Amino acid sequence: MTVVAIITGVLLAAAGAMALIRAEKGPSMLDRTIALDIVVSVLVAAVALYAAVDRRSDVVPILVVLSLVGFIGSVTISRFASVEPEGEGRVRTREEIAAEEAERIKAEEEAESERRARRAKDAEHTAKDTGEGH
Amino acid sequence: MNWDAIADVASAVCLLGGAALAFAAGVGVLRFPDLLSRMHAGTKPQVLGLVLVLVGLSLRLRDGSAVWALVLVALFQMLTAPVAAHLVGRAGYRTGKVRDDLLVVDELTEAQDRAVRAAEEAAVQAETANDGADPKPNTK
Repeated sequence: MTVVAIITGVLLAAAGAMALIRAEKGPSMLDRTIALDIVVSVLVAAVALYAAVDRRSDVVPILVVLSLVGFIGSVTISRFASVEPEGEGRVRTREEIAAEEAERIKAEEEAESERRARRAKDAEHTAKDTGEGH
Repeated sequence: MNWDAIADVASAVCLLGGAALAFAAGVGVLRFPDLLSRMHAGTKPQVLGLVLVLVGLSLRLRDGSAVWALVLVALFQMLTAPVAAHLVGRAGYRTGKVRDDLLVVDELTEAQDRAVRAAEEAAVQAETANDGADPKPNTK
């Protein structure tokens, strides 16, 4: 039984690791959902393996709960799935986030300086108008 | 060799089979190219793999109440897995995650095209019939 438990455990661990890699890679939310469904199946199998090795029947309710609850996440996600823009479903690296942040700050600063220049011009105009008026 | 040892060996075989199916699902979900084929790989341990693991567990436990709870587990999984798969497939089709070049048959797109064409023809016919019979169609 020990040998069988080790082999089964290694197979399940490899399956879970590969499903997690797919969940990280994406590319879309639905692929991640499927990968997480597989993680839940692997979890059910792992709990069952533990119960079989130790002959413990008190963990069986965990299996019932997992089989009932496991599908709620994927149903919810696919109900609200929408068309994602290309490349949006990827986890971004630190550098990419920094670059995007820098771009955003630059755009904000440009808008700010433009607004300031416009305000200065407006003030000049009003000053001229009042000057001519009197 | 008594019956307990035979049941233990059978349980070990079933557990190994279930784990092998879970491993196959992991390989498939990692290496297959699009959503539908990944779903195909991912549903292997959800029904057959789970049933094998549960049969292995009940052969090992050999305890009436636990075995009935395991039957419930299999029943719930068979009720809920198709719901999740249906919704994921539908959302995938509607958001364009299905690759046309990998499909052998695509009956859904054909049926949709037919329905759209029929609706257009019906609209045209209704318009011509209205033109002939009723000069002021919006009087109601």
